[in-house]
Parts: sequence; C-alpha cells; structure tokens
Amino acid sequence: MVTIAPPPPASGILSFGLSPGTRAPELDAPAAPDGHRARLADYLGSPLVLIFYPGDFTPVCTGELGLFNELLPDLQALGATVLGISCDSLWTHCAYAGELKLRIDLLSDFHPKGALSQRYQVYRDDIGTSERALFVVDGDGAIFWSEVSPIELNPGADGVLDALERLSGRELSRGSVVRARAEDEL
Amino acid sequence: MSRLQRPVEARDWARGPASAPVTLLEYGDFECPACGRAFHELKRLERGLHDRIRFVFRHFPLSQMHPHATLAAEAAEAAGAQGKFWEMHDTLFVNQGALALDALLSYARQLRLDVQRVSLDLDQHLFLPKVRRDFLDGVRSGVNGTPTLFINGTRWDGPYTAEALLRGMRGDASMIVEPMTGLPWGGDA
Repeated sequence: MVTIAPPPPASGILSFGLSPGTRAPELDAPAAPDGHRARLADYLGSPLVLIFYPGDFTPVCTGELGLFNELLPDLQALGATVLGISCDSLWTHCAYAGELKLRIDLLSDFHPKGALSQRYQVYRDDIGTSERALFVVDGDGAIFWSEVSPIELNPGADGVLDALERLSGRELSRGSVVRARAEDEL
Repeated sequence: MSRLQRPVEARDWARGPASAPVTLLEYGDFECPACGRAFHELKRLERGLHDRIRFVFRHFPLSQMHPHATLAAEAAEAAGAQGKFWEMHDTLFVNQGALALDALLSYARQLRLDVQRVSLDLDQHLFLPKVRRDFLDGVRSGVNGTPTLFINGTRWDGPYTAEALLRGMRGDASMIVEPMTGLPWGGDA
C-alpha cells in the first residue's frame, strides 16, 4: 500500500524552546484517551519526557512516536514517563493512538490553541502547530535537556536516552536490564 | 548529522568485500513496508555496483506497529546460525505479508534448513538478545524509524531509491562508485 500524504507545510526551526535549567511550565491540557487534565505536579518525583510534534498522522511523526512507543519499556526502566503533545483535538489523538497502538498518553494543545506549546516556546505561528521538540524534565520540575529539530526531520531517541541515563546515573544495556555505572559502585 | 556509534563487527551480517569503498548499513524491520520497498532498491544498487559496495543488516523491529517483526528477525538469525542469513533475509522481504510462525518455518523448509532446530531457536527466543542489542544500539546511533541507512557510518536522511543513494555516495569525494553500465531499471520508481 502506498501512503499518500501532503508534503510538510514548512521546514526548519522557528522557535528554539526553553533552555535547560529553566523551570518547566505547567502542562494543563487534556490527555487521551479519557480527557483527564494533565498537571505537571502529577509527574514530579521522576523524569518526564515531553515530545512536541506537528501533527497526528503525519509521516515523520508516525516514525518518531512509533520509535518512542517501541522504546517505552526501556525509558520506563530509567524511571521516565513519556507524553506526546500536539495541537490536534483529543478525538484525533484517540484515533491516532489506536492506529499506532500507542502506549504513550497524548496531550491535546487544541484549545486554547497552542497555549501549552507557547509556554514551552515551541509554537509555530506560521503554520499553527508545535515545533518538533523534545524536553527531558527532572523530578524537581526543571528542564534538564531539550532539543528542537527541523520540522521535517525525525530526531530519533538517542538524545533522550542519553539525557535520562545522565539524569538517573544508570546505563541501559540489552533491553530492560539496567546496571549502575561503574563510578556508583566505587 | 548522526553517526554510527557501533562500527561494523564480525558478529554483524555483512555481504560484499570489507575492502569495498562503500559500506551501506541498514537498520531494518522485515514487516515494514518501507523496508520492503528499500529492499528492491538496494538490490538494484547491488546489481549496479557489484563488489564496490558492502551491505550490512541490523535489526530494528518496531514490534508495537508490526506484531511479527521481532519473530521474523529471530528467524533470520536462526537461519544465519545455519549459514543462510541472507537467503532468509531476502525471503522475508519478498513475503512481508506472511510472517507468522508457520510461514517462517515453511521458509526454513524451503531453504533446506534444519527446521526442528529453527523451531526450537524461535521457541526459546535464542536470538532475541541479539535482536534487542541491535535495536538499542540503533537508537543510540540516531536510528529514527525504518529503514534507516548509514553510508560509511553517516546517517542518510534522503530518499531510499537506488538513484538517490548513489547521489549520496558520490557526495563524498573519496568514493569512486560509478556503475559501469548504469543502474538496472527497477520498475516505476
């Protein structure tokens, strides 16, 4: 089956996002599947990964979220919770999550549109979507690491994995087996 | 620009001479339709370049999206343990629609493998750790979906057609990779 999809509506990066060291702003957006309002305080105490992406069902995102979905048990082994965020409605999120068999909760930044993305400084005024951005928030609610990628480029998960390993002081090897770094053993 | 974090090693499945000017490494998923299309393009590239290219395949099954992908990867490894990795690799990519256990065992039979052995290997998931190791080190190298190709260790973010890959290889001045008679025609690409 050949998937027909329009080309990306824009390219590159317009907004570069909040820097590491900054307090993570409130989330306050409804989450698929049940529409509960996600609050930052619900996640504090362990690392939180935020995946901002331009839109449900767009080809690059499907690769990106599919990758994080596959890697989820490994990220959880490092203590992390993972959330996806775009300006799509909750109902679109539900359809998308079903299609990709996503185990990652998706927050809807639909109304007021882009408010959450704007708080993290990753909203694109030119096309009305989020940038393609990744944040790792530490258990105290500070941004530990962030990366904004060109909208047409799937960033992969190596940056997030590396940040979570540095944050936890643990190293992931061979799937879900986690071992302490050598220096912890000294 | 993402770089390959684990260089090609003896335990990797490689086809073509190690001295070839180009090593094209794929992180792939046997159930992924885009990998299936890329498979035919890579075949064209191979027919055009002969011994000037070396192919390496590592596993990157996206099992949440493709429920048979991990077992298919294990089957390729089981065939590899009996000396027929690439035969199984090719068989799986041309039969992407049928990758359940009974189909995998029938391919093993067609390839004249010891089917009992393959069956046992799959049952015990003997090669799952290797598949998982490929997946995780792929993530560390910036693999962002399937297929992800690396040309001499640098991630290729362009299209997966033989023509585009050839242009990518020519981009590096140190490589001499002109097909002598042009690339064979590969359909309506």
